[in-house]
Amino acid sequence: MPQITYREAVRHALAEELTRDPNVVVMGEEVGQFQGAYKVTQGLLEKFGPLRVADTPISEAGFIGMGIGASMLGVRPVMELMFWSFYSVAFDQILNNAANVRYMSGGQINCPIVIRGPANGGTNVGATHSHTPENVLAAHPGVKVVVPSTAYDAKGLLKSAIRDNDPVFFLENTMLYGEKGEVPDEEYLIPLGKADVKREGKDLTIVTYGRPVIQSLAVAELLSKEHDISAEIIDLRTIRPLDIDTVLASVRKTHRVLIVEEQKPFCGVGAQLTYMIQAEAFDELDAPISRLCTIDAPAIYSPPVEVEQLPNPQRILKAALALLD
Amino acid sequence: MSKKPSATIDKKPAAPVSYGQAPVNASLTAEQKIELYRQMVRIRRFEERSHRAYTGKNAAGGANIGGFLHLYNGQEAIAVGCCSLMGKHDHVITAYRDHGHAIAVGMDTKALMAELYGKITGCSKGKGGSMHFFSPERNYWGGHGIVGGQIPLGVGLAYGVKYKGHKGSAMAFMGDGAVNQGAVHEAYNLAALWNLPCVFVIENNGYSMGTSQARSSAGELAKRAEGYGIAWAVCDGHDVYEVRATMDKYLTIAREECKPAVVEIDTYRYRGHSVADPDNTYRTKAEIEEYRRTKDPIQVFQAILLAEGVLTEASAEKIDEAAVAEAEAAAEFADASPYPTAEDIQKDVYWESDNPDQRTSQGRLFFN
Repeated sequence: MPQITYREAVRHALAEELTRDPNVVVMGEEVGQFQGAYKVTQGLLEKFGPLRVADTPISEAGFIGMGIGASMLGVRPVMELMFWSFYSVAFDQILNNAANVRYMSGGQINCPIVIRGPANGGTNVGATHSHTPENVLAAHPGVKVVVPSTAYDAKGLLKSAIRDNDPVFFLENTMLYGEKGEVPDEEYLIPLGKADVKREGKDLTIVTYGRPVIQSLAVAELLSKEHDISAEIIDLRTIRPLDIDTVLASVRKTHRVLIVEEQKPFCGVGAQLTYMIQAEAFDELDAPISRLCTIDAPAIYSPPVEVEQLPNPQRILKAALALLD
Repeated sequence: MSKKPSATIDKKPAAPVSYGQAPVNASLTAEQKIELYRQMVRIRRFEERSHRAYTGKNAAGGANIGGFLHLYNGQEAIAVGCCSLMGKHDHVITAYRDHGHAIAVGMDTKALMAELYGKITGCSKGKGGSMHFFSPERNYWGGHGIVGGQIPLGVGLAYGVKYKGHKGSAMAFMGDGAVNQGAVHEAYNLAALWNLPCVFVIENNGYSMGTSQARSSAGELAKRAEGYGIAWAVCDGHDVYEVRATMDKYLTIAREECKPAVVEIDTYRYRGHSVADPDNTYRTKAEIEEYRRTKDPIQVFQAILLAEGVLTEASAEKIDEAAVAEAEAAAEFADASPYPTAEDIQKDVYWESDNPDQRTSQGRLFFN
């Protein structure tokens, strides 16, 4: 199977959906002539032309709102946020208009928009550019939130997101754009809301998503080789809808849960997961649920210290061992 | 409520006639002119009836209508004039003072009143309320609660019209307070940059809530369009003929040349910002009365139509009586309708949860 990067996988998904459906358009800052701030959209302008791949001004409230309005008329805009951190300047559009318009109209209006872009720390760009808003977004009924960790998942999930009739917020990761993975040439879709058991195990369950999946897989390898511990890695892939059943099945198998998220702890995705696991599998737990998050402060700039603030293999390993202690 | 037109409707200011000669108005049949008049009266009577419902009590002693109620009294010529120009591919979006536009695009006043009452028979099934009327089948896209937040959506409607290759337009309505919101300026820029057929309509009633234009906005409102190279105009919103003549010009340019415009329409609201506004701190009763006496859009148009011989005192009276009866019937319908149930709360959230047989995603959508 060919190996392609996460970046290429996203690009291929965009290209395939642009080819398949003439209502799909790609818009955002620097997506066309500049070839994408992170080169995700490289070559798409040349292939599909400026009507399908459109450069917008730096004007997130304006162009995201425009995409939402166009989606109400049946256009299927895929809007790139150069960083998901910039969602804050389009917050009203994203979470008042896109999330609510179907409900407030009594179900008369669909909003088939995709907003995608990277949402991660680890690139030493400081607090304003390192937000991971999946919890904020997913707190709004009416929206779907996807956070893929691999090239294969990114492609299959983005294609599903573009075909979805509800607003889908797709959170990528600049630290993963260059990571290669096996992606078949033939077309495939991955349904939203289906978690993936990335590694099977029996001693503890690590529930995670996004870049910490990759780190957790490395830790699981270490746990196996050096500590004779078998960790099961659940990649949620989608935050909302949430595949809690796959999580619960794993809890029933391992009886110990470590949640790893590249997020601040307060009211994070892990907090929601913890509630659901204790509510639905309390008797299955042999230890309190453990949680490893980004250390609770704005993103620090200092490059070596930012590594310590985020989940990293050392922190994950320590948390896993503590859970089995 | 009196079945007679209100006292202020008896005054007949000098009728301006020049805009009546504009082709878009001169070509109207007598019946079409009467229909414009009828719509304005229907809006006025609907708003009066909804105000009465808001301040009154239901049979159980509770409120008929909750939350906010932003009334359109005094501004009727704008919604009616603008929406009367709509063709198949012309779209409308507005802010929270949205009842007039809803009636002008042809929504059923029973469904509108029921929405105010929070009933399942409401146009949004009781889920939107006063600020959130929608009728996509009539190209009416709301009804939005955040000042200026709907304007980028309006540009998106214009984009959609153009992308689909239709000859049409979007009218994006806002109040005078909205011109100070950043989203409006981002929308102007995009519409100009991408040559989108969007006509931005500033309904300038002089007050952004309780803050007068002089206290909230520097410079001339519509003229801000110049910075974006957008054509602009100011017109009198008390004369439905002038509204139509002005808007026809810019809508035609939008449809034919795919160019945006900003049209500021001077108007006045008789009621407070919302019904909760005591309306006694920022303007005088004398000012309101002066507008009612000299500028009332219904009186102005009635005088024109009487002078044209299109309307008679008797036919005007009949139209008014019918409008009162329609509003009363709407209130009775709303009152008699059931509320949504607790089971309805989680309907209309996701397309997928409403269409489970076509669902492609998995996992839980709701968390209780």
